[in-house]
Amino acid sequence: MKGILKSVSQAKHGLMFIAPAVLILFVFSIVPIIIAFFISFTDLNLKGLADWSNISFIGFENYVELFSDELFHKSIYNTIFYVLIGVPLVIFFSLGIALLLNYGTSKLFTVFRAVYYMPSITNIIAVAVVWGYLYNTEYGLFNYLLSLLSADKIPWLTDPTIAKLSLIILAVWKGIGINMIIFLAALQGIPQSYYEAAKIDGANRFQTLFYVTIPLLRYATFFVTVTTLIGWMQFFEEPFVMTDGGPLDGTISIALFIYKNGFQFSEFGYAAAGSFILFIFIIVTTLVQFKVRKSDTEY
Amino acid sequence: MQSKSFLQKIERPFVALFLIVGGVLVSVPFLWMISSSFKEESEVLNIPPQLFPSNPTFENYINLFQSLNFGVYLKNTLIIVLFSFLGLLLNAMAGYGFAKFNFKGKQKLFYIVLATMMIPAQVTMIPVYLLLNEMGLTNTMTGIVLPGLAVAFSIFLFRQFMTTIPNDLIEAARLDGAGEFYIFFKLIIPIAKPIFAVQGILTFIGAWNSFLWPLIIANDESLYTLSVGLSLLQGQYANNYALQMAGAAFMVIPIVIIFSFFQKYIVEGFTMSGLK
Repeated sequence: MKGILKSVSQAKHGLMFIAPAVLILFVFSIVPIIIAFFISFTDLNLKGLADWSNISFIGFENYVELFSDELFHKSIYNTIFYVLIGVPLVIFFSLGIALLLNYGTSKLFTVFRAVYYMPSITNIIAVAVVWGYLYNTEYGLFNYLLSLLSADKIPWLTDPTIAKLSLIILAVWKGIGINMIIFLAALQGIPQSYYEAAKIDGANRFQTLFYVTIPLLRYATFFVTVTTLIGWMQFFEEPFVMTDGGPLDGTISIALFIYKNGFQFSEFGYAAAGSFILFIFIIVTTLVQFKVRKSDTEY
Repeated sequence: MQSKSFLQKIERPFVALFLIVGGVLVSVPFLWMISSSFKEESEVLNIPPQLFPSNPTFENYINLFQSLNFGVYLKNTLIIVLFSFLGLLLNAMAGYGFAKFNFKGKQKLFYIVLATMMIPAQVTMIPVYLLLNEMGLTNTMTGIVLPGLAVAFSIFLFRQFMTTIPNDLIEAARLDGAGEFYIFFKLIIPIAKPIFAVQGILTFIGAWNSFLWPLIIANDESLYTLSVGLSLLQGQYANNYALQMAGAAFMVIPIVIIFSFFQKYIVEGFTMSGLK
């Protein structure tokens, strides 16, 4: 009897503690997925929002239209461009800097840890405003420094391909910090005895790095790769605030395409269909990575 | 013991030098922002640009508050920060509930919470807007704050930490006749201080920087946050870079100060989360 009473009270109080947060999460995360799924099969727009009787079910029409939408193709191409160049750069730099920072524990290293982390907590609008000035073709610092080397001016944000690269530079700069901290935490978790064993075996610096340190970082590397890839597939704020997708739609990403259709053209149904395609891309990419990791043998 | 080779001797200074050069490169945007924010409007367009302002002036910062509404934006941002701390408390409660209570379907519920982390913001953005529109909450502070109160990742981290609190401690308090909320506020929160420190900083940074949702929900300038205001400034004063830099610096410097005080906790927090 006492046992039953206890488990009832456990359930009651447990639910009491989790209810507020879980309810909010339910209403603003789970329910919206279902709504998004349904409206992606409708022509919901501003008219439909004002009067629900204006909404009609159109089946797969939004999806079919997306597949022939030039702008959507362009945004997929640009997103792949961002991911293929940006993600390896972020992983390379964050691992490299973490390895360097892990080299010592003096004040200098603590200070520089903060310096490298700083961009990642800086407000994206402030970043965009500052980089917009740095990238300015006439008055920007970058082109001035190039002119000192008597190089030509670079149209940082006004040429479609260069603009994509400029946004990647900015996003890599901003993306290093958090991943570097994850690598650093993992590096500090490696027992000293492993390094000592490698030393006794006569391994040199590089052998230790490639055969001891990096293999032991595989969980951290996996985590960083998965989260960075998911993040970059949703590449949004940089083109949104710096270029608004231009020039000539050269920097528009899938996420920005969805935002523009949803909130600028009020084509909610069409945008929801686009967002589901993005969602599927993300799920497939993530599953593939888990699959690849599983075949990774333990040792 | 063999004597250190030449290579080993120069290794350490070499690593330090590398870090310093990289660090300076990473800091260029910040240094340029601060330097330019103290320049006069015409000086920022000088070619060649000057490293330091010739007549340092606070005029740009004063203008943010006099010609622009940065006072209002600051107030709204602080309101959002305040509510996000309420959200933090809700997340901590949920984390505690998942860590220390047993009830049917708990595991399943927890997995659902974790699964919500996978959902891209772009998918929920439109339906959440439609939902808030139905509730009549667009263009209100409630509409800006409400959807962001619960954060799955935060619940996860709180749960991870609170699982390590011994059950006996809680049982002992119950035997002494303490109520559940009393236990949570007087016993659990003090023990969980380290995780609250990390989450508190991250919550502050997130709320201070919040941009997209306020932009979507707020139509009136009286509801704008600092970042929305700053993007408005960028559009309106496209060529006044000194003013833009002052606005950016005003947003960035508080974060830099808070971070340099608490950076130790953030790094520890990631170690605590068990990501090894």
